[in-house]
Amino acid sequence: MPNQTSASTEAIRRRRLSAEALPEFAREVKDAGGQLIALWGSDDRHLDAGFAVHAAFLTGAGLVWVDAALAADDPVHPDLAAIFPQAGRMQRATFDLLGIRAAGAVDTRKWLRHNAWSENHYPLRKDFVWQVAGAEASPLATHHSPLPQVDGYPFIRVEGDGVHEIPVGPIHAGTIEPGHFRFSIIGDRILKLEERLGYTHQGVEKRFEGLDPDQGARLAGRVSGDSHSAFTWAYCMAVETATATPVPERALWLRALFLEIERVANHLGDLGYLGNDVALAFGFMQFWRLKEDWLRLCARLFGHRYLFDRIVPGGVAVDLDAAGGAELAVLAERMAGEVRELKAIYDEHAGLQDRFANTGIVRPELAARLGLTGLAGRASAQAWDARAQFPIRPYDQLDVNMATARRGDVLARAEVRFAEIFESLRLIRDILARLPDGPIRVKLAPTSGPAEGLGWVEGWRGEVLVALRLNADGRLDRAHPHDPSWRAWPLLEVGVLGNIVPDFPLINKSFNLSYSGQDL
Amino acid sequence: MATHLLLRKILKTGIVSEPAPAADPDQRVREQALHAEILKVFGQAVAIRHVDAGSCNGCELEIHALNGPHYNIEGLGVKFAASPRHVDVLLVTGPVSRHLETALKRTYEATPEPKWVVAMGDCGCGRGEIGGLFGPGYATVGRVAEVIPVDVEVPGCPPTPTALLQGILAAVGGVGK
Repeated sequence: MPNQTSASTEAIRRRRLSAEALPEFAREVKDAGGQLIALWGSDDRHLDAGFAVHAAFLTGAGLVWVDAALAADDPVHPDLAAIFPQAGRMQRATFDLLGIRAAGAVDTRKWLRHNAWSENHYPLRKDFVWQVAGAEASPLATHHSPLPQVDGYPFIRVEGDGVHEIPVGPIHAGTIEPGHFRFSIIGDRILKLEERLGYTHQGVEKRFEGLDPDQGARLAGRVSGDSHSAFTWAYCMAVETATATPVPERALWLRALFLEIERVANHLGDLGYLGNDVALAFGFMQFWRLKEDWLRLCARLFGHRYLFDRIVPGGVAVDLDAAGGAELAVLAERMAGEVRELKAIYDEHAGLQDRFANTGIVRPELAARLGLTGLAGRASAQAWDARAQFPIRPYDQLDVNMATARRGDVLARAEVRFAEIFESLRLIRDILARLPDGPIRVKLAPTSGPAEGLGWVEGWRGEVLVALRLNADGRLDRAHPHDPSWRAWPLLEVGVLGNIVPDFPLINKSFNLSYSGQDL
Repeated sequence: MATHLLLRKILKTGIVSEPAPAADPDQRVREQALHAEILKVFGQAVAIRHVDAGSCNGCELEIHALNGPHYNIEGLGVKFAASPRHVDVLLVTGPVSRHLETALKRTYEATPEPKWVVAMGDCGCGRGEIGGLFGPGYATVGRVAEVIPVDVEVPGCPPTPTALLQGILAAVGGVGK
């Protein structure tokens, strides 16, 4: 299969290994201070092969994309969770969707599967068929109807005197996404939290199959709506790598502009909610006023408040004129001033500081061992930011300053957000000042056979990955979008230990992880 | 202390709230069940429970935005509440995932009569290209109306806070089909 490299992907290398060699390779990466970013599978039987398991590792030299072929009859590979604990849920999901087993894994409970399909069916296998209920000979109906109404999931029970459980969700009390949290507590202290996710499983990966590249971009942007630009950019990078399409310079700069706009919008919203969660409604109202001004200018300049569908395969769908650029630069300048004022208030506010500091701590050692990533990782001294370390165009010319902290508490995660807002606002003004002229979109180059690509973008929450394969007809055969939340969710379970239950919403908000991005 | 900084910021900011939009009766997909006199009372204190039934979290961004100062929904008597037992309106997003179908039905049953359901977003309304991309599948049932009765549909990906507010007002208003 072709393995194209271009200027945008020189930090991505590809390696083919036998399944048996995976643990040794993972161990080498781990010993050198690297991490496992993602693990996923594919059914390649229609390509005269069996199944395959794929993984993306982060090393000091960049990203290593590893493939291992597996048997068609009993696809199995050695467990990687013993080396990289974050692989655990990814392996369980890969089994639910493809029937690929991780031999030797300690936890083999289902993960993404609840009761929508039964144990011996695997939706991402090419021979899995479903039809709309009511249609003739509907396998969906046969999968669906005999199953129990409620998801039977074996939670791990904490026993002992005075221990009791609080089940929360899937429908939560606020406007947040659905998931189940099982707290085991003594008094008000959290002894254990176990997450049960997968409620918003929409079958996104199956939906990619057969789409043309443009439709695929629109679907990719809706894996996690709040990371729309990150996902569409990563997806487009993968498509452009697979088809060896060089993207116009101006389009790449505009993509970076959109990505930084998205980062600012999300951080503003989160800082508002963090204030709200410690009863400082002032903070919520101020930050959401700023965010609304930001979104409205986006709508006026680019035609969408959240820039949906503005990044497209081959470039971007919307240009920016000089007057619009000037307007955005003025707002970015004003925003920086206002956020500085609000930061002074958050810094000085005794009640807020009391709630933020020493709450929901994830220590750097644990963050490293369990693979915490993104802004939550940077708040626990995990100094990874692809924009700074493995910069794709135009970040290679922007000199991004990475924000980090060591305390690993709610306060640290708030401070990283503040620092990243200021840095993004600086980047936005820099991009606007240096935006190169030229076309904003090219046609994708045609493919002659199956072609694969991988995109890697530092979104506001952390690294976003999209790996995909195009068929000879140019349509999608398989796409795996990977949200950084996969790696951060398990650390939320750690961060809440020993805290009181009423601080959970605050700790959860300080991570603000994606449910739909993980549930797929 | 932060108090003087805080008060100065409030004074400097002033009031950013905008006049409310009118209800949009075109978003109604079901006839209003209550008499106008009763609605007059209801329309002044509406409690809403949001249910994410499988969305991509794009619609949720706009629900949050609606709670911001520009829209001043509490000034209109519209308030988001924590329990379905305390509300008049369910605001439902997402192509209903099969993993949330039961939870959505239970939430609907837990909501006392009279009640209205607002389906939000192209997925929740089964409209447009995005409604199609997220149509029925092995993991999703499809639009909200497949699972519980829907009074108002607010399409969009995501719909703006203004469109959403127009839909909520249409749900509890006396006009429409």
